[in-house]
Amino acid sequence: MRYLPKSPAERQEMLAAIGVKSVDELFASIPEQYRLRKPLNLPGPLSETEVIQYFQERAGENSLGYASFLGAGVYSHLRSVVTDALLQRGEFLTSYTPYQAEITQGTLQAIFEFQTLMCQLTGQEVANASMYDGSTATTEAVLMAERITGKHRVLVARSLHPEYRDVLRTYARNSGLSVEEISFAESGGVDLAKLKASLTDDVCAVVVQSPNFFGSLENLGSLAEATHSVGALLVVAVTEALSLAVVKPPSEADIVAMEGQSFGLPPSYGGPFVGVVASREKYVRQMPGRLAGQTVDQDGKRGFVLTLATREQHIRREKATSNICTNQALCALAATIHLSLLGKEGIRELAEQNLAKARFALAALQRIPGVKRTFTAPFFNEFAIELPRSVRMVNSELLQSKIIGPYVLGSAYPELTKHALVCVTETTTREQIETFASALRTALERPL
Amino acid sequence: MNEKVTKATRHTNQNEGLIFEKSSPGKRAFDLAPLDVPDADVATELGGFHRRDGIQDFPEVSEIEVIRHFTRLSTWNYAIDLGMYPLGSCTMKYNPRVNEHVARLAGLATEHPCQPQDLSQGCLKILSLLEKCLLEITGMDAITLQPAAGAQGELTGLLLIRAYHQKNGNPRKRVLIPDSAHGTNPATAVIAGYEVENIKSNADGQVDIEILRQKVTGDVAALMLTNPSTLGIFEQQIPEIAGILHAKGALLYMDGANMNALAGITRPGDLGVDVMHLNLHKTFSTPHGGGGPGAGPVAMKKILAPFLPVPVLVKKGDGKLGLDYFRKETIGKVKAFGGNFGVLLRALAYILAYGPGVRQATEDAVTNANYIRKQLEGVFDLPYTRPSMHEVVFSDAIQKRNGVNTMDIAKRLIDYGFHPYTTAFPLIVPGALMIEPTESESKEECDFFISAMKAIADEAENAPEVVKTAPHTTRIRRLDEVAAARKPVLRWKPEAKRSGAAG
Amino acid sequence: MSYPTNFRYTKDHEWIDVKGDVATIGITDYAQSELGDVVFVELPAVGTALTTGKTFSSVESVKAVSEIYAPASGEVVEANTTLQTKPETINSDPHGAGWLVKVKLANLAEVTALMDAAAYEAFIEQKKKEASA
Repeated sequence: MRYLPKSPAERQEMLAAIGVKSVDELFASIPEQYRLRKPLNLPGPLSETEVIQYFQERAGENSLGYASFLGAGVYSHLRSVVTDALLQRGEFLTSYTPYQAEITQGTLQAIFEFQTLMCQLTGQEVANASMYDGSTATTEAVLMAERITGKHRVLVARSLHPEYRDVLRTYARNSGLSVEEISFAESGGVDLAKLKASLTDDVCAVVVQSPNFFGSLENLGSLAEATHSVGALLVVAVTEALSLAVVKPPSEADIVAMEGQSFGLPPSYGGPFVGVVASREKYVRQMPGRLAGQTVDQDGKRGFVLTLATREQHIRREKATSNICTNQALCALAATIHLSLLGKEGIRELAEQNLAKARFALAALQRIPGVKRTFTAPFFNEFAIELPRSVRMVNSELLQSKIIGPYVLGSAYPELTKHALVCVTETTTREQIETFASALRTALERPL
Repeated sequence: MNEKVTKATRHTNQNEGLIFEKSSPGKRAFDLAPLDVPDADVATELGGFHRRDGIQDFPEVSEIEVIRHFTRLSTWNYAIDLGMYPLGSCTMKYNPRVNEHVARLAGLATEHPCQPQDLSQGCLKILSLLEKCLLEITGMDAITLQPAAGAQGELTGLLLIRAYHQKNGNPRKRVLIPDSAHGTNPATAVIAGYEVENIKSNADGQVDIEILRQKVTGDVAALMLTNPSTLGIFEQQIPEIAGILHAKGALLYMDGANMNALAGITRPGDLGVDVMHLNLHKTFSTPHGGGGPGAGPVAMKKILAPFLPVPVLVKKGDGKLGLDYFRKETIGKVKAFGGNFGVLLRALAYILAYGPGVRQATEDAVTNANYIRKQLEGVFDLPYTRPSMHEVVFSDAIQKRNGVNTMDIAKRLIDYGFHPYTTAFPLIVPGALMIEPTESESKEECDFFISAMKAIADEAENAPEVVKTAPHTTRIRRLDEVAAARKPVLRWKPEAKRSGAAG
Repeated sequence: MSYPTNFRYTKDHEWIDVKGDVATIGITDYAQSELGDVVFVELPAVGTALTTGKTFSSVESVKAVSEIYAPASGEVVEANTTLQTKPETINSDPHGAGWLVKVKLANLAEVTALMDAAAYEAFIEQKKKEASA
């Protein structure tokens, strides 16, 4: 087998050196009746060509050739080929967690740069080396707020991503944390009056998303004021991190939970992505996840190490700030490379292109009789529209024009049936937008 | 330095600052195609939300500088592609390159998790085949591919256990964890809402059956067991352990981190395990990438299947695959958008390459570990002498007499061109050296490793100072971790003085 | 380092020094040398109630965390805030400037029941023997 570097002769030599006649003897400590006597029923073995062929066939059974207007927390953005050229270097790809700092300075310095970039993006003072994704980062941010305040009630905006809320509920169920939802107002943002009515001094955190699930930007200033007035912490989740290039960063937040997938990571049917928790320096000892810190070696040279490890599971065990061990290091590296390539001007231009394309699409859609924009708040590259008939029916018609239509909001919000969430990025062409608009017009003109 | 040891490398010595330190206004690494729609007036569109001044201090460099910067950084890293990682319980095996190729195929990397299931049959088939293969390997009935890593798999497993007990009227209070366990086990149990009760290992480093019998009451939800244990020793009494637990209605959770000793040889499901997680970034070759991403699927007996996280992969009436979100007793979601598909795909590619021959990989891994053990027995102290499987744990007791400890030996191993083994774990072996060579190591590489370890033992005896002050040949030497923890500097800032730095 | 004869000591390596009804508590020289360089200390707020045998503080090195157990019950009247900026004081002066808290004692008898300096020194000698066995 091509991955096994042994010849039959070498195997014999090694067994002889160990002092056994056959490799079976090395498994003698497994009770006889539990040792498999037949090979496992697995497909293969396949040659490299056959492996590639298998996956190419699968790739042909998906959505190649379709234009997509889906966002909803996962975004199709440009990726430079430079990112993979660097990511695929064996010294990055096949390297271990940097516990032995002397021989992993490449990873550690890249993490330090990642942490810096995340602080610059979010306007926070410290950021960790990654969490699994935005949904678990948001949950961990809430648990962090619980630890800091010692309180056990959390108010969550209904305009926070539905799957993020699901994950939070799964974790909260067993921790004595009570989760309540605050609905959204007509503008598309959190209903401030409803929030204030629910805010009591046993709340540890208020969780909002901006741009929120509907693409609308939230008024973080007033949300922060209300939250802080009862001694709770404001957690802001960001799912479309590219928005931070042109939208004011959530500096009013006490903790930011961000999804970095927009930076150099393909949608990849749901993962791997990269989550980040960013916050104030004063809370750093309550932060989950790894942290890379700057220091010097015995010769005075600058270097980097994993630090404040006493927060983590391998030392603190049952009192750790999180159980996380493996995180998303290679994805964080991809984001670091991608952001270095975009640079200060490039990221702004890219974000502005998203803004322009989304507005072009909105205008085109609003010209269709019966189509209305749902909310009024400013948005980045995603917005909700209302259709005069079932979104699902319309979407199945759009498929015939090779268009994957917008997210069906009714599937997560019963109060928003007939509404759809449209996302447009720099990868959506004018032609695709115009085809979408005309196909939608046709679908709506068809008699019921 | 012992010149008779032929594998000795020096590490590259190029210096490189932070990307921010190479930055200069006006440099750019990226050009966008021109906009094919009219420009928008950003300031008007965003009003008070507009980030007028852009992102302060964001890097501004050229493409070649990005390439050089990260290439230079990469040369400071050790990696599997360069040589052995004898890290116990990490299973640092070869990351096949075809896996990287297929993960990037258009039609796979490009797919959106919310797109119509009819347009995702290729992705769903990949997930379905992986599920079947992992169930075959583990001997279990049902599986979820959602958890993002081992620790999240452990949490999912405990949440399943909790849901099961809750349905039977009592979620129970405690989880038993051997003192040899990985730190994620107790950390996870607490998040799942359980109290942790530590169980001492017996003199052979195994679970003490008598102590277990006393501790398993109607209050215990489960035992979290790693098998083989973190000592690399098979828990021979695992069927009895399962029996004791089941008699009191408790469940057996297996931490599958050490599956590399079992795949194709025996199946945890046959041994009495009720639920377990796998680390795809260990046993199934997906790359570590400096610390992730991973994947931690959880396989279970059918008694736990009703509680599976949603969505569950199902075969529909029309023969197509679909995702079922409507499961009344589900524990919910542990991660948005399903599992780490890109990682799952790589694991399937690995399994397809081996087929049933995956047994050979396990045999080679166990052969390598025993070969190394045989050669180093007597050179290093072996605290637990039962047969080793895929890893062996020595201690620094012999070298300690000269003031040389496991950390020093590990650092000196770096000078011989290797990555250190796992130090100071498991906790039940003071001064542990935990060595797992994996099946990816040739006899030649194993021999290099053995001769390096023997050379260091010799140095510990005759020239201990050179070991205690190692490494000597790296670009960076031992770093001041105390200063890094006392006054943490966790980001670059443009000013000369950083907050909290000692001047 | 010698162990002050007017202190009392616990099996968990805390010392307690009573003056009137206020006692000063810290960790011993043996404890700090086992722990290594101290990087962070977590102290209770003034007014916190201490219960004998329960943890009230933690001391961290780079690689380990030590929970500190109350040798006696009482109420915290002062915490050593200099440890927040100079945690290394515990290493350099564990029996003096490296004190953790001052406590108004609930029951003096709890202290007199603890080991004296001679008993503590014998205790750690035994521990050292066991470790090198």
